[in-house]
Amino acid sequence: MSSWQIIQQSLPLFEKGFILTLWLSFIGIIGSIIVGLICSLLKYFRVPVFSQIAAVYVEISRNTPLLVQLFFLYYAFPVFGFKLNAELCGIVGLIFLGGSYMAEGFNGGFDGVSKTQVETGKAIGLSRMQLARYVVFPQGFTLSVPALAANIIFLIKETSIFTVIAIPELTNTALDLIGMYYRSSEYLLVLVIGYAIILIPLSIILTLLEKRVRYGAFGN
Amino acid sequence: MAKQVIKVEHLEKYYQKDHILHDINFSIDQGEVVALLGPSGSGKSTLIRCLNGLEPYQNGTVSFNGDQVVPTEKNWQKLRQKIGMVFQSYDLFPNLTVLDNILLGPVKVQKQSRETAKAAAEKLLDQVGLREYENVYPRQLSGGQKQRIAIVRALALNPELMLFDEVTASLDPEMVRGVLNIISKLAQDSDMTMIVVTHEMNFAQQIADRVLFLEDGKILEQTKGDQFFKQPQTDRAKEFLESMDF
Repeated sequence: MSSWQIIQQSLPLFEKGFILTLWLSFIGIIGSIIVGLICSLLKYFRVPVFSQIAAVYVEISRNTPLLVQLFFLYYAFPVFGFKLNAELCGIVGLIFLGGSYMAEGFNGGFDGVSKTQVETGKAIGLSRMQLARYVVFPQGFTLSVPALAANIIFLIKETSIFTVIAIPELTNTALDLIGMYYRSSEYLLVLVIGYAIILIPLSIILTLLEKRVRYGAFGN
Repeated sequence: MAKQVIKVEHLEKYYQKDHILHDINFSIDQGEVVALLGPSGSGKSTLIRCLNGLEPYQNGTVSFNGDQVVPTEKNWQKLRQKIGMVFQSYDLFPNLTVLDNILLGPVKVQKQSRETAKAAAEKLLDQVGLREYENVYPRQLSGGQKQRIAIVRALALNPELMLFDEVTASLDPEMVRGVLNIISKLAQDSDMTMIVVTHEMNFAQQIADRVLFLEDGKILEQTKGDQFFKQPQTDRAKEFLESMDF
């Protein structure tokens, strides 16, 4: 069979993997943003106990590899009596990892709001809550967009690690096909193109978005 | 006798081991305009920042309208709507229009209705000649315009005391006059009590009822305005005035 035929025949399988990668990424990113925002708000408002718990979580999450986190969820958790299916493990793992990166992204944005802006807000009598709502958050979210965008791209790429717990996403599809038919070049080419189709347009959109929100808030 | 708006007694301020302010004592009556002068690093900005709680102090007391301030963040937060402050960096909120910058305090802090606050804000904008800019964003304004808006924003809260911290220091020379004129006008036409930190000696001479001369965190002299510029009491102040060549 020619390379072209090999590729053509594999496309339906790759399409399934492609959709699964998109879907898992989407859920994982939304979940990460929610977890990250919660952690960041706990830190910003210095909520006792919970902010410390969030800080410990962020450190554990950022300082262990996703691969290890997934193995732990998939192989070690059942020992304690929790059995998750592979896809759920993948999503939980991705959110566990992404949550801390997103938290750091939000923190960076909030910290990036200049001290003089905060003081000016205080000087007109704003309470801590009002200061957050009208000054720090609108500017801080804007400042955090580049970091969040980088994290989104990062998390999508990290889904390729799901292959180790046999989730049939893009990478797993390619590795499976290679295992069966030994046509590495063809399948790897499709794999690369698959990721590029997702990531290149997304990068462009995110860059445009960064410029837009920045102009909206700061005018440059 | 005029009402005493602010009174500072035995104020001491440290940054870690550095002693920034030494035994500061003064009081200011209603309607009085006080210029806080002194060389760079003498503690002028730090001192006025202590007066609205932006800087903590380690010893001594600040009293506002006769009541000693218990220096908690909560108490300061309530007082700050009565103590307007304008900064060197103007710092309009870039995410809000000019009008929303001005209304934030009156509407959110003082719970005035938007209509009432807006009418008052527009009157103030008229006075500084910027009424037509109420719906633009700060990025569309020049430095001088931004600073004038920042003054309006502070005045919109109807404060009893205004603190001006080197408000012309980061402006282009041709913008300085417009901003200073607004402050002079405020000093003349209203009964506003003001503390002005500035390096513009002509301006200080023109508006100050009294001068506090600060060096190394100590008040070296407190002299009536005209007298300070003609005949300062201390050699150090004399040297300072000569170095400013105005």
